[in-house]
Amino acid sequence: MSDLLSNNSQQTESVINVNNLSLTFPTSDGDVHALSEIDLTINRGDFVSFIGPSGCGKTTLLRVIADLEQATSGSIDVNGMTPHEARLARAYGYVFQAASLYPWRTISKNVALPLEIMGLDAAVIRERVRKNMELVDLAGFEKKYPWQLSGGMQQRASIARALAVEPDLLLMDEPFGALDEIVRDHLNEQLLKLWAQTNKTVVFVTHSIPEAVYLSNRIVVMSPRPGRIHDVIESNLPRDRELSIRETPEFLTLANRVRDGLRAGHSYDEVA
Amino acid sequence: MNTNAAQTVIAGNANATDQLVTPVKYRFMERALLSCAGVVSLLSLVLGGKIWLAAVLLVAAYASFRVIPQSRLTAAVATGVASLLAAYVLLGQVNIAESRQPLGFWFQVIAAWLLAWMCVEQLSAIKTLSRSYAGLLNIIIPVLFGVWLLLLWELLTQGFNVPQVLLPAPSLIAERFVSSPHILWADFQQTFLKAVLIGYAIGCGAGFVVAILIDRSPFLQRGLLPIGNLVSALPIVGVAPIMVMWFGFDWPSKAAVVIIMTFFPMLVNTVAGLSAATPMQHDLMKTYAASYWQSLFKLRLPEALPFIFNALKINSTLAMIGAIVAEFFGTPTVGMGFRISTEVGRMNVDMVWAEIAVAAVAGSLFYGAVALTERVFTFWHPSIRG
Amino acid sequence: MKKSAFFPIVVVVAAIVLLWYVFTVVMNLAWEKSVAERAGTTPSFTTMVSNTMQQERPVLPAPHQVVEEIINTTFKKKITSKRSLIYHAQITLSSSMLGFLMGTLLGIVLAVAIVYNEALNKSLMPWIIASQTIPILAIAPMIIVVLNAIGVQGLLPKAFISMYLSFFPIVVGMVKGLNSPERSHLDLMHTYNASAVQTFFKLRLPTSLPYLFTSMKIAVAISLVGAIVAELPTGAVAGLGARLLAGSYYGQTIQIWSALVVASILAATLVMLVGLVGEWVNRRMGLAQSNSSGGTL
Repeated sequence: MSDLLSNNSQQTESVINVNNLSLTFPTSDGDVHALSEIDLTINRGDFVSFIGPSGCGKTTLLRVIADLEQATSGSIDVNGMTPHEARLARAYGYVFQAASLYPWRTISKNVALPLEIMGLDAAVIRERVRKNMELVDLAGFEKKYPWQLSGGMQQRASIARALAVEPDLLLMDEPFGALDEIVRDHLNEQLLKLWAQTNKTVVFVTHSIPEAVYLSNRIVVMSPRPGRIHDVIESNLPRDRELSIRETPEFLTLANRVRDGLRAGHSYDEVA
Repeated sequence: MNTNAAQTVIAGNANATDQLVTPVKYRFMERALLSCAGVVSLLSLVLGGKIWLAAVLLVAAYASFRVIPQSRLTAAVATGVASLLAAYVLLGQVNIAESRQPLGFWFQVIAAWLLAWMCVEQLSAIKTLSRSYAGLLNIIIPVLFGVWLLLLWELLTQGFNVPQVLLPAPSLIAERFVSSPHILWADFQQTFLKAVLIGYAIGCGAGFVVAILIDRSPFLQRGLLPIGNLVSALPIVGVAPIMVMWFGFDWPSKAAVVIIMTFFPMLVNTVAGLSAATPMQHDLMKTYAASYWQSLFKLRLPEALPFIFNALKINSTLAMIGAIVAEFFGTPTVGMGFRISTEVGRMNVDMVWAEIAVAAVAGSLFYGAVALTERVFTFWHPSIRG
Repeated sequence: MKKSAFFPIVVVVAAIVLLWYVFTVVMNLAWEKSVAERAGTTPSFTTMVSNTMQQERPVLPAPHQVVEEIINTTFKKKITSKRSLIYHAQITLSSSMLGFLMGTLLGIVLAVAIVYNEALNKSLMPWIIASQTIPILAIAPMIIVVLNAIGVQGLLPKAFISMYLSFFPIVVGMVKGLNSPERSHLDLMHTYNASAVQTFFKLRLPTSLPYLFTSMKIAVAISLVGAIVAELPTGAVAGLGARLLAGSYYGQTIQIWSALVVASILAATLVMLVGLVGEWVNRRMGLAQSNSSGGTL
């Protein structure tokens, strides 16, 4: 945990601050320490990935940020508010593992769902739906139903739905985990472009090393039992990336560092 | 040479699928049905059946046997037309002659029926890729079966002079149906338009409202659900005499029975439906900071619709049963249940059958209307979009 | 999440009984008032309330009156007595059980035929499904009277109605069950070159059992309803349905309610029994499965 603060001097404004945060679930077999003493700062404009084996608490940490779980101890603030206040202020957009689109709504109606709940004007909703459908390359599919679309298109629609709220912060929980490799590569590329265009802060949970290295400028390596941060790796790759960057030595070095981190976190656990 | 042979095989297959009919070798059922039909129509010649009709049946059986390898459809048409023609002729014969029919007549009935069966067998064996064609077949086959059921019923009751009290012929029932529209309409009005529809609306509505009311109380749900499930297995129609005492002879007492019968299925299904949304969908609504009512209307109610429609369909049948049976316990002198029980007492069985036909049509139309509405509202559900 | 439902059920049942008493008072009060008026007396409110629970022909009998009547007509009467509810219940039960068994057997046989014959599946199955939407119970009185007219009396006509009522759910459930094996499981049998009979007994029948028991629960409940309704047109001779009808002729509300309660207990017991047998069979099959997989370890 060498340098938690980004070395990018222009963007040092922090969006998420996590201090000494722990979370335990009580179960019939005793307490499960899902998160233990987490310290983390995420700055504006960052693309941060949480990576680790299953049970390391990466999704739980994301859910704590989104106020879908509550920490047992420690503190966390999102945009200077508690996660609860941030949720009520609709400060973030959340993308789930599955697209979770409502089958009884058309794609554009699905994208409009959060806006309807926020109680926006019909004209505003229409405009935002149009804009975000275009952003994820789904223009022309407004009248389709989710089940008429491929898995990749469904997940794009769910990203448009998260973006429609116009949050500064995008929380993504293994959004491409269920898709095949080719579709996943394509969506990774699109996501990077989107990040460059909108300059949003993205927190991204994944268990794929190439995906984490390709997308992020910071990679948080986590280890299980109890879930904690093993290492935070700064990426020196340029912000403008092509898929082909994955064959460069710099990329492979980073990927190896992540892999070593994951392995170390694991063996440490087994020795203990 | 080898590649050539392979190509012809492929071409042959393609041709076969083009024709919609894949010729295969004879199946056991086809041999059995056709040879039986042949033997039976031959025997009918000896036993006093119409000679030309026996010849028609024989030719149809033989022709269809020959044509099966080329075209199942042709075989089906041949047997179907022959069997219907035979049925028409035999019906004419049974209508004219009052006396008992010769054995040959019955053999021809059997032969015609076997050919009809053969026709259905052939139609069912047709494998087609065209959706509309398959859909048409799926209607034609059961309709043919139903028509033949009616034909056999008519032939048997007329031919054996079955006493009307026991089982009237379909033609007699139809006659009664046409000749007494006023009585049937009045009964329909009393039982269906009043007791069934009003009771159904109130019962289903109350079940739905109570389900929404107890939605926020898991305690009440845990207590009411097992009781609701138990009640749906009980002989609730038994409350009919009590309702008649409380609400009098007219339709309100029947509507009350219907309300009690339809309430619990609706309650149980709506409660189950309201908990059908997945945790992830709930999380999604939570990230939008949606209120209780927003997630009820935008997520949980749409998700509950298939369950609610399931209850509406079950209840459509229950409502009819409740109203008709409740009338067995006392009514003003009108109503489907009343008519059935009194006309049975007077041995006017054809009137009873006419009333039952009305009940059957009303019941299936009611169910069909609910099912159609379901298709409109839950078009998105995997079970509907198919 | 899985809290016991016992306590909530007790509370809800207690609330229902309480409500029942409240309704007893409210609904029977009018009669007490008119009695008092005719007698020219003005009894205190509490006397009137306590009287509402002791009427001979109340609009709504109090729960304890019904329980008392049931005890009086079960344990305190000889079983052979015509006033014994056990006598009547046993008559209804025997015809509904006979009908249920016949209906189940017939249903299974027809389901097998439908699954193995495409022509039957396409021609007969739509009618069986459609017949579920029509109130077939309406035919009950006619069947009874017609069978009576040709000399078939007693147990059999009622059993016949129970049979054809329980027959439909069994066919529909069993066809669904026999068609429920997955494609891959059928393919597996195909790779073994298993005969149709082998596939039936080793795959289709075992997979269909849960469906069968689910439909049997529906069938047993409806066969009891059928037997009760079948007892109406013969003019209240014997059976629970006859008790209901006789009670409604003579305004014996307590008798109606006790017959209704006994019928309900009977139905609940039957459904529970079928459910228990079903669970036992399923568990045995489940155990057999885990045993065989344990053997491969």
